[in-house]
Amino acid sequence: MYKNFFRYLISAIFLLGFSVNSNADFKVGFVYVGPTGDHGWTFQHHEGRNAVEAAGIKTTFVESVPEGADAERVIRQLAQSGHDLIFTTSFGYMDPTNKVAKDFPNVKFEHATGYKREHSNVSTYSARFYEGRTLLGHIAGKMTKTNTIGYIASFPIPEVIRGINAMTLAAQKVNPNIKTKIVWVFTWYDPGKEAEAAQALIDQGADVIMQHTDSTAPVQTAEKAGVWSFGQASDMQRFAPKSILTSIIDDWAPYYVERAIAARDGTWRQQDTWHGLKEGMVAMGPYNSAMGADLVKEVEQLQKDLASGKVHSFTGPIYDQKGNILVAEGKVADDGMLAGMSVYVKGVEGDIPK
Amino acid sequence: MIKIEKRNDVPMALYFFTPFIAIILTILGGGIIFYILGFNPIEALKFYFITPISNLYGFSELLLKATPLCLIAIGLSFCFKSNNWNIGAEGQLTFGAIVGGGVALLFYNQEGFYILPLVIIAGAIGGMIFALIPAILKTYFNTNEILVSLMLVYVSKLLLDYLVVGPWSNPEGFNFPETRQFSDSSRMPLLFEGLRIHAGIFLALAAVMLSWFVLYKTYLGFQIKVSGLSLKTAKYAGFKGKTMILVVFMISGACAGLAGVGEITGPIGQLHRMISPDYGFTAIIVAFLGRLNPFGIIFASLVVALTYLGAETAQIFLQIPKYTGQVFQGMILFFLLASDYLLFFKVKILNLKKNELRH
Repeated sequence: MYKNFFRYLISAIFLLGFSVNSNADFKVGFVYVGPTGDHGWTFQHHEGRNAVEAAGIKTTFVESVPEGADAERVIRQLAQSGHDLIFTTSFGYMDPTNKVAKDFPNVKFEHATGYKREHSNVSTYSARFYEGRTLLGHIAGKMTKTNTIGYIASFPIPEVIRGINAMTLAAQKVNPNIKTKIVWVFTWYDPGKEAEAAQALIDQGADVIMQHTDSTAPVQTAEKAGVWSFGQASDMQRFAPKSILTSIIDDWAPYYVERAIAARDGTWRQQDTWHGLKEGMVAMGPYNSAMGADLVKEVEQLQKDLASGKVHSFTGPIYDQKGNILVAEGKVADDGMLAGMSVYVKGVEGDIPK
Repeated sequence: MIKIEKRNDVPMALYFFTPFIAIILTILGGGIIFYILGFNPIEALKFYFITPISNLYGFSELLLKATPLCLIAIGLSFCFKSNNWNIGAEGQLTFGAIVGGGVALLFYNQEGFYILPLVIIAGAIGGMIFALIPAILKTYFNTNEILVSLMLVYVSKLLLDYLVVGPWSNPEGFNFPETRQFSDSSRMPLLFEGLRIHAGIFLALAAVMLSWFVLYKTYLGFQIKVSGLSLKTAKYAGFKGKTMILVVFMISGACAGLAGVGEITGPIGQLHRMISPDYGFTAIIVAFLGRLNPFGIIFASLVVALTYLGAETAQIFLQIPKYTGQVFQGMILFFLLASDYLLFFKVKILNLKKNELRH
């Protein structure tokens, strides 16, 4: 009896704390996994936040929030301190975001790259980065002399495997002898490891390097070794002006502005967003003139066709490494298959780590 | 000329008072930094040290954060008091979490009151075994325990990486680097609804009591303290040095393992790559700030935990970069060591001319 009374009292005080700030001005909070100066993943989310701010909406951010026990507290503090919409910008925030969302039904939550929407106030969003990979593959297939493309991969999750496959398929289309060599570094951000992996791939004969990690180390290593490379997440041209052929740019700004305005005006609804070149969530950096005018033209056309839907990154026939058919001729892979992709296509060397 | 002399008469009261001086200097130093950065120092310090614990939720989060720091620091105090420099508590925490987490996964979807205790004991044993490696290498092969224990941190972290990516990864988790969520039977019971503070805090308090008892009321504690003051005396007195090294490392490892298992069965609820934001290293600061005294460590763990929370609040409310938290932790240690130096040594400024005249 006494114990229960104590519990309710605590809960009441606890809930009181939540409601105090609900009348404050409309504010948007951002939780970042890295420092805003990483020049990759977090940098781009921060650019998105700047756009929201420029649209006249107040924002707050917390950077370098570890994906462990701390994330839930930071998200909860943002919710508690009067933020009406909170973007949690890393996969590891999935469970904490849903947990906090349960306790704050009036606050909207947007979780990047996750798949759990356990409450009606949680949306998820991600970009079709693989469309950018298709363009990289086309360029890489044309530019390589050794027919070997080096790929630095982070974790064997569907998103990363999708990128490897999209790139390989596009490269094969223009150069059937292409081989994709992969080094798994099991990190999103570790300049030392990424540089080592790039060097290892170059030593194995790769003359085009690309990466699904966040630092600028791979492009800088490629620049030093005199091989081609691509920027990842943001325009990394200034870090390797000779080596970088183009960059895949994550442009979250239009989405963030749109969602912030919707939440402010009361038109925000739960959704699962997966935008690509068409909507501009995936954009390309400037093309290096070393590609030659013809190739630039080709790639720009392909970019248009991918955006319009005329060309799909995963058009059949697609075979797995053993030669089994994955997508039949004339068909395209549906989003369900893309979301759960867990096998390599033919032409990729090695096995997916298990 | 400057001459440095050892003081022979250091008052004990002052010895326990210097940590407070260090904290005050840190707060002043922080205020100056905030001022230089263009913030109102009083307001910034308020958001740093008061706002985070101004409500019940914040206070419970402080206790949650302090729990692993306190546990690890208690363990480390045994090592440090006896001149054994265990720098690898982070590795012992990780290995304890691996072993404890392994047991939790083994009992996935099973019910039973005995599961959680098993998980906790497994975590303690895991940490203990991992701490025994540098201890055995030190006693039997004369290796340097600082290097060995530090390097083993990377071994355990890479092992955890391997397990959560590979054999232990969640079969329904799309290959994301994490295990299944543990069943409720292997989760720490929560103390209050809606708060994350869990039963692990009692483990920390029990460790404090036990360590006080062992250090001040037993022969082992006496041996540990004597060895810390003078290894030669300890040898002369006939203490079994090797056994003692093994024992203090085991205690230290068990505490770190408990901290690890407390985190994964408490707020985290599964194994993944980010189970600890370097608690094992931060606890070194806690141990010294607490003067290697069990009750001092409770106080120190709360202070250091507050620097974590304060950094978050200061960034949310004032957009002060979150890295100031680490600056504060660094400053605390710096001011503590500096004031210790002045406590134990006299700095004399000699007048050379006078000296010359005398000769």
